[in-house]
Amino acid sequence: MVESRTSPIVEASLTALAVSLRGVTKVYDTGVVALGPLDLAVRKGEFISLLGPSGCGKSTALRLIAGLSAASSGTVRVARHEGEVQIGHGIGFVFQEPTLMPWTSVRENVRLPLKLGGIPKAEGRARADAALASVGLADFADAFPRELSGGMKMRVSLARALVTDPDILLMDEPFAALDEITRFRLNNDLLALWRSLGKTVIFVTHSVFESVYLSQRVVVMTARPGRIQADIRIETVEPRGEEFRTSAAYSDYCRRVSAALAPSYSGQSTL
Amino acid sequence: MNAHTPASAKPSGAPSAVRFVLPVIVFAAGLAAWEMVVRIREIPPYVLPAPSVIFLTLIKDWSVLSQSLATTLLTTLEGFVAASIGGIALALLFNQSKWVEYSLFPYAVVLQVTPVIAIAPLLLIYLEQQTAVVVCAFIVAFFPVLSNTTLGLNSVDRNLAGLFQLYGASPPQTLRFLKLPAALPYILGGLRIAGGLSLIGAVVAEIAAGTAGAGSGLAYRIAESGYRLNIPRMFAALLLLSLAGIVIYGVLAVVSHLVLRRWHESALGKES
Repeated sequence: MVESRTSPIVEASLTALAVSLRGVTKVYDTGVVALGPLDLAVRKGEFISLLGPSGCGKSTALRLIAGLSAASSGTVRVARHEGEVQIGHGIGFVFQEPTLMPWTSVRENVRLPLKLGGIPKAEGRARADAALASVGLADFADAFPRELSGGMKMRVSLARALVTDPDILLMDEPFAALDEITRFRLNNDLLALWRSLGKTVIFVTHSVFESVYLSQRVVVMTARPGRIQADIRIETVEPRGEEFRTSAAYSDYCRRVSAALAPSYSGQSTL
Repeated sequence: MNAHTPASAKPSGAPSAVRFVLPVIVFAAGLAAWEMVVRIREIPPYVLPAPSVIFLTLIKDWSVLSQSLATTLLTTLEGFVAASIGGIALALLFNQSKWVEYSLFPYAVVLQVTPVIAIAPLLLIYLEQQTAVVVCAFIVAFFPVLSNTTLGLNSVDRNLAGLFQLYGASPPQTLRFLKLPAALPYILGGLRIAGGLSLIGAVVAEIAAGTAGAGSGLAYRIAESGYRLNIPRMFAALLLLSLAGIVIYGVLAVVSHLVLRRWHESALGKES
């Protein structure tokens, strides 16, 4: 994993927004209101977490930003490069499941976005290998997904999201199914990648501890239909490491975030 | 971590030798009992021929039987290829357009549920004999390919489909890199069923055609030997048909295993 001491927050201009949602709602065909109205602005280079109870629409919000589904009302704006043709090229998406193609090698899985974008095979392979190296899986390029552990599959999924060098990384509870030790390691690796690459990260989770540990801002959402309950800035000495996880400031933030989250769970019949 | 375990790829816990030897022992015991009963009770061969007599007939009539075998196998192969291509192509067409699927699927079902033995005489009237026989094999075999391929194309992982959408994959790209590979295990399952069924279709059509006075496939030999009370030859031809069916199934199973062995659950050992 790459280590770097530079903090991307400083460089990012205060006005430059990577993603902005205004009055966004999502109503399913069944009439269920899943989301909103939601207003959210994410600055370039920022790491934010969307935190909320299951079914509050945080994954839906992520899919709206990715362009995988359309908002029922409101506007979704995603910053693009000059000359960028499609929405997807500036966005990397990591699903809750690794979502790998079981029929092909790890390298081919990572190369997929480039292959679909028409990038020549040799260049695609080189970039896939580089992306795999950045998540510490350089030796597993020729393995098949089933030969990897859960944590390694998630790393492959992350490498695939990074291979197009997107500006924005959307992560939908990516580490929820992993054991705690693996999850802590991936948290640290993700932070190191974020520091070195300076991407905008929107991270969906239902873990208070994970959201506080990772993000600069924790956006707490209400139960369905999801709206913003609280927007809590996490300020600490960067880069964060294990000492932050055990600090008093960390537990203090966790307490505040939990308190903000508590109303969403009150009066909920299903737990 | 990167543990490749090529050893013992059998899905079952029992040692593979036992699984192979047991049916062979049962087969040998059955043959021995048959032979003994025929010899002790002196049953004449036109009632029930002993296994040894059937085996001798197989050797004696090999020139006739082998030609018939080749004819039947060729028909089966043609029917199978037509069914595979037709079934997969139709499934792809259905997958592209719901309109086409809704318009045509009922007729595919009608073709499937109408007994082919009832269609064969009609086909023999309108088509040339050899064509009619192949068409029968096709009709019987194409439905499992069609329905399995359709099932496979529809069971693509939703998130993977989203991923392809996110990266702006074109419909041909989605088909080639996502839908077809995802459907492959289902397609191969359909082909395995279709292999056996095209043999059945070919045999049914040959029997129907044989009564019309022509043909030289194995099924025709069985019918012909029946009229001549040449019971040993009937058994010999039947034996060849069974063997052909087993070989077809075996070949398709091996092909399926080779294609899927690196990734699909069905082709993996329990412990890997």
